[in-house]
Amino acid sequence: MLALRSVSVRYGAIEALSQVDLEVNQGEIVTLIGANGAGKSTTIRAICGQVPTSSGSIHFEGREITRTPAHRLVHAGIAQSPEGRRIFANMTVRENLELGAFIHHGKHEQIRQDIDRVFQLFPRLSERVNQSAGTLSGGEQQMLAMGRSLMARPKLLLRDEPSLGLAPFLVQQIFQIIREINKEGVTILLVEQNAYQALRVAHRAYVLGTGSIVVSDTAERLLANEQVQAAYLGE
Amino acid sequence: MRWLALRTLTVLGCLAALAVVSKLLSANLDTYVFLVVIQCGVAMTLAASLNLINGITGQFSIGHAGFYAAGAYVGAAWTVLWQPIVVRHVPLLQLGAPVGDTLTLLIAIVVGAAAAAVAGVVVGLPSLRLRGDYLAIVTLGFGEVIRVVILNIDAVGGARGLTGIPTLVGSGDLAFFWVFGLVLAVVALSRNLMRTTRGLTWLAVREDEIAADAMGVDTTRVKVSAFVVGSAFAGVAGVMYAHYFTSISPDVFGMDMSIIITTMVVLGGTGSVSGSLLAAIVLTALPEFLRFMQDYRMVIFSTMLVVVMLTRPQGMFGHGEISFAKLKQLFGRRAAGGAKP
Repeated sequence: MLALRSVSVRYGAIEALSQVDLEVNQGEIVTLIGANGAGKSTTIRAICGQVPTSSGSIHFEGREITRTPAHRLVHAGIAQSPEGRRIFANMTVRENLELGAFIHHGKHEQIRQDIDRVFQLFPRLSERVNQSAGTLSGGEQQMLAMGRSLMARPKLLLRDEPSLGLAPFLVQQIFQIIREINKEGVTILLVEQNAYQALRVAHRAYVLGTGSIVVSDTAERLLANEQVQAAYLGE
Repeated sequence: MRWLALRTLTVLGCLAALAVVSKLLSANLDTYVFLVVIQCGVAMTLAASLNLINGITGQFSIGHAGFYAAGAYVGAAWTVLWQPIVVRHVPLLQLGAPVGDTLTLLIAIVVGAAAAAVAGVVVGLPSLRLRGDYLAIVTLGFGEVIRVVILNIDAVGGARGLTGIPTLVGSGDLAFFWVFGLVLAVVALSRNLMRTTRGLTWLAVREDEIAADAMGVDTTRVKVSAFVVGSAFAGVAGVMYAHYFTSISPDVFGMDMSIIITTMVVLGGTGSVSGSLLAAIVLTALPEFLRFMQDYRMVIFSTMLVVVMLTRPQGMFGHGEISFAKLKQLFGRRAAGGAKP
């Protein structure tokens, strides 16, 4: 579904990504783990067209999207979530969700149904519909960010650090929901610091180290891999 | 269909009410006060149109006088220079006073708006790469460029200005009707925009451009549209000014005018339509009504601005709007508070 073929990204003289090959198949949850500065977020940004690639190509459903601007990708079926929550703080929860469905604007019935579905997934949000998003707690903002990207009805969902700064039980909940969304047929590419949690929900994983892929395997085998355990799982 | 009928009725109702108000005011106000009222109307349009760019879309532009000038000069040039030629060659268009004048004014509005909109695109394009203070400098500079270009075109009078523009809007109730009709139009547009998903995208660009992009919003298009629409309205305000005051000169559209319009938007509360309207009235009328203070007038005026910004850093209304619901809430709370011993 999504394929990166020897993608490199340079920030000036520094090569942030070098020759990254990565594949996400339909229906999978794939996670990208690695230490700080390994290039996880850069990979996501390269896919979204937020940073230019210096070489290599990116394909989505057989079409090349290497230089496609971010807003076009949403129309193609890729929902991105930029690093951080990036919700619209001065708008209400409902307005945030409506903006999430921007590419479907005009389809009122669909948007209404999708908002209901988001509220089903995140009941907390429904209590705060008309509250401005900036007043939500960190966990609620993360939920809103997730709900908002679902509003576009994506085929592929890119998530950058969904567990960032959340209490452990909220982290559990977020990953539970990621699994649920995936069961409904959305393919997911997940970038995570929290390698243990990420590997538990993912089917496959790539381990990034200083800009290139060190290992890739099924999540199960990586969880059991001693080197990975030592480096990323803190055991 | 019902929606359309309702819309048409609302618009007609507003126009009728406006006509009645214009008759009443022009009959009862003395000439000087009426003049200030018209100036307020022009300022309200300028402030509300800049609010579309600065407030709602968050592109810090401080060269609004440039668009104002482009509209005023092109509109006036049409009326003074081109319209007589067209009429001479096309006998069909020799329509006489009421119909012909209205048609001439309407065309002046269209060409003035178009000229300002083109200028808006030219300034809007750098806004795709610049933000914040950098954009502000470019817009300020561009506003000056427009003024200097006009200064050097002899056909429109250069530094002497363009005089003898026929008062197509008249000096009485008709002028009020046109000027405040324009205010209504820009307010209606802002309000309708804020209620649609498309309007939300303008706000989204202000709030967080990257996130807006990630929602599928073409941020480039939003920014350029904001510049085009905002400057087109400023252009029409210029057409009104030219056809009411019958003479224009480049120094009316200087940098200080740009700064005053920007002040209106910031003082009113960036993004608040009602705020920028109120601030436009205050900033236009106050210097006039402080005239009895003579030399201290501008000192007091400036001090008041500083005091407002110190006590309400977010502007008079912040991001909020005046609405009946809020007024009711406010007075309801006061009443409830007052009832308690």
